[in-house]
Amino acid sequence: MTYVAQPASVGMIMGKVLLALGLGIAAYVIYFGPAILVSLTLASLAALACEALVLRLRGYVIAPFLKDGSALVTAWLLALSMPPLAPWWLVVAGTAFAIVVAKHLYGGLGNNLFNPAMAGYVLLLVSFPSHMTQWPAAEMLAHAHLSLLDAAIYIFTGHLPAGVTLDAITMATPLDMLKTQLKLGHTVNEVTRAPLYGYLGGRGSEVIAAAWLVGGLILLKQRVITWHVPVAMLAALFAAALWFHVYDPDRYVAPWFHLATGGAMLGAFFIATDPVTGPTTPMGKLIFGAAIGLLVYLIRTFGGYPDGVAFAVLIMNMAVPLIDLYTQPRVIGHDSKKSDRS
Amino acid sequence: MRRLYGFPGGVHPPEHKTESSGRPIAPAPLPARLVVPLLQHIGNPAKPVVQPGQKVLKGELIGKADGYISVSVHAPTSGTVRAVEPHPVPHPSGLPALCVVIEADGEERWVEKTPIDYLHLDPSEVRNRLRDMGLAGLGGAVFPTYVKLNPIPERSVPTLVLNGCECEPWITCDDRLMQERAPSIVAGARIMRHLLDAREVIVAIEDNKAEAIAAMREACRDTDFEVVVVPTLYPSGSGKQLIQLLTGREVPSGGRSTDVGVQVFNVGTAHALDRAVNHGEPLISRIVTVTGNVRRPQNFEAPLGMPLAELVTLAGTPREDTTGYIMGGPMMGFDLNSDQVPVVKAMNCVIARSERLFPPLPLPLPCIRCTRCAQVCPVRLQPQDLYWFARAKNFGKAQEHNLFDCIECGCCAYVCPSHIPLVDYYRFAKSEIWAREREKKAADRARERHEFRLQRLEREKKERAEKLAQKAVASKDTAAMPNPDAQAKRAAIQAAIERARAKQAGIEPRNVSQLPPDKLKEIQEIEARRAKLREAMQKQPGDTP
Ligand code: SF4
Ligand code: SF4
Repeated sequence: MTYVAQPASVGMIMGKVLLALGLGIAAYVIYFGPAILVSLTLASLAALACEALVLRLRGYVIAPFLKDGSALVTAWLLALSMPPLAPWWLVVAGTAFAIVVAKHLYGGLGNNLFNPAMAGYVLLLVSFPSHMTQWPAAEMLAHAHLSLLDAAIYIFTGHLPAGVTLDAITMATPLDMLKTQLKLGHTVNEVTRAPLYGYLGGRGSEVIAAAWLVGGLILLKQRVITWHVPVAMLAALFAAALWFHVYDPDRYVAPWFHLATGGAMLGAFFIATDPVTGPTTPMGKLIFGAAIGLLVYLIRTFGGYPDGVAFAVLIMNMAVPLIDLYTQPRVIGHDSKKSDRS
Repeated sequence: MRRLYGFPGGVHPPEHKTESSGRPIAPAPLPARLVVPLLQHIGNPAKPVVQPGQKVLKGELIGKADGYISVSVHAPTSGTVRAVEPHPVPHPSGLPALCVVIEADGEERWVEKTPIDYLHLDPSEVRNRLRDMGLAGLGGAVFPTYVKLNPIPERSVPTLVLNGCECEPWITCDDRLMQERAPSIVAGARIMRHLLDAREVIVAIEDNKAEAIAAMREACRDTDFEVVVVPTLYPSGSGKQLIQLLTGREVPSGGRSTDVGVQVFNVGTAHALDRAVNHGEPLISRIVTVTGNVRRPQNFEAPLGMPLAELVTLAGTPREDTTGYIMGGPMMGFDLNSDQVPVVKAMNCVIARSERLFPPLPLPLPCIRCTRCAQVCPVRLQPQDLYWFARAKNFGKAQEHNLFDCIECGCCAYVCPSHIPLVDYYRFAKSEIWAREREKKAADRARERHEFRLQRLEREKKERAEKLAQKAVASKDTAAMPNPDAQAKRAAIQAAIERARAKQAGIEPRNVSQLPPDKLKEIQEIEARRAKLREAMQKQPGDTP
């Protein structure tokens, strides 16, 4: 019997994740307006409601599971991956799918094969592509601003304040713009001179990426995550981008741009590190992270979608059992040869 | 300075050592009645050699070692044997075991003490004496000491390690022992070294025991023993981990420490060895830490057989909110289900439980594969996988994933944020596997017995057939000696016998395995008749020209 336990719980771990996300959310609000707060709240409520309902249907005790915070983490990651001005039903549908199907139909906490937030996101992306690409412009680039109330009204009713058009508040994302402009024959250099771009990535979004990075480092320091997945993923993304960039800098954007744009940082520290759907061995985590980094680069550069984090994560989720199987560490007292059974 | 190598994983639970480490070891007063279990070590129980009503002296043999892995048991004081009967003993199973109940006469009259002249006696004789003096490891595993002091000739043990790493929280008996009786420990180590013919002696002590380190350094001053201070990290006191920490060598899976040239003894064992060899005192008492929810936590030198209830009152009248007692530490110990169990050689610590000190753990949640358990596992197992397999009763898989390399240290359970009692699952899986193995062995034995019997019947049948055939041949021979065909006939008969034999060998009576003995006998008789018939028929073609 072990009579003592470290004062740690699943709820505390999830709580730390939520706290670490706070920094990036603050940056999000500063650079893109308060609309994200509406969708975060909406997703949270939807997730808790779905979780409670399904737990009830499955005959589980509700309170301890609801308090574990895993539903909230899923909700936040999904909301942070979606355009903040997406209509309310889109958020609710995505969250419901994430919780009910991706999480509970696979057995609930700890048993799901796919990252629930990313499963929800991909479902929305393929089902409602037009809604999922309506991204707000950064505050300094937008021609109009939405207050928290305006944003809430738009999300719930689809009505904008008088005199404001959708075009005035939305814009292509840096990755999107880069892709379309490159197709039109422009060089990377020409494209990234546009006001949409900042020093490293998209204007505003590079700061948010930095905030995710800091939040991730906090999680590392707190030992909520290990370094393997984020380092491997970012390194692979960087290396792939560097290779192509050196090969043809006019057609392939610089590696740091990839790190500072889109879902790279959020994905590396908060999404790909989901313990439930990731590998458990140190070596497995490195392989898993590196493969995601590589896939993100390939999807961004050659694929049909502007960002690839969600697809890369889901694809690699499927490989996890195999990765774990082949990366079992050598047990103390056993030969270095694999799987001796004496 | 010796280079330390470290081992993977490990945890650092709150130590709770100061509660009991500040006070000196106190001798426990003699109880009126002692209950001495005949099995206090790993291996076979000792055979009782006393009768109820018999008077015994302190240190007199009451149970004789039985078998190779066994040691003797002695009367902890002088008095009268009242009973030899089953009694509750401190064991996780809670099953009673055979004990010798002694009523003390209060006189503490010793048997004649005969020290062992280990330097001049034959080593095997010394070992036998140690077995007969009841020496077993006092670190908690209670392995017979004499067995460990018997190096296999072709495998020398160049390194002797004295384990002073009391890494479990709360326990301080070794700490106090090193502080107060360091010279005796060193004397014991000398004997060990002599018997093992070890090249070097290392005394390993965790760095949270400054006084013990100082005392042992002082006692080792005139020797070439090396006192090595190791970092405080659970489970550095576990044999294999300590060896890895000190030498960088890994004890092979399923192997022993001697496979890497190291033998590890607890410091308490060294002390007991000194008492036995240099003073002629068999092992009849030990130091026990009494701590936890008691008023005056302290270490006591308690006679084996002392009832737990009496021992714990030495640390003050029990507090009202005490909910029970843990034997051993909070990481690997177990609940004692009665306060009437006796002190035994394995009892290094008794912790009084209370809700305040050991709050019940929250409801276990599902495993979230966070791998914290894997990060702290000193054996580098994947506890979350083992848990999964054990839960799914997938024991084969669990074994494939090296379940039996788990040392049950509890590090994984300690850090699990889902509060899953991981070690309980591993114990369950191990015991299931053992049970199945036992069943299989029993079935194998039954089958072997059965097959052996069939073979015997077969053989007898054949022998009978042969005899008959020979007789027939013999009668033919005498009757038809002048017959020129005799040779050919003989060959033909021989061939027929050969054929019959081959045929019989080919027919394995598989379908009779489930029948009761009387049916088998019937079948056998029928078979015998048939065999005769067959022979008769085979003879005919040879007879007719
Ligand atoms: S520590 Fe607990 S929850 Fe985490 S992987 Fe291990 S068993 Fe699962
Ligand atoms: S109890 Fe077993 S699995 Fe758990 S940490 Fe210790 S050795 Fe590893």
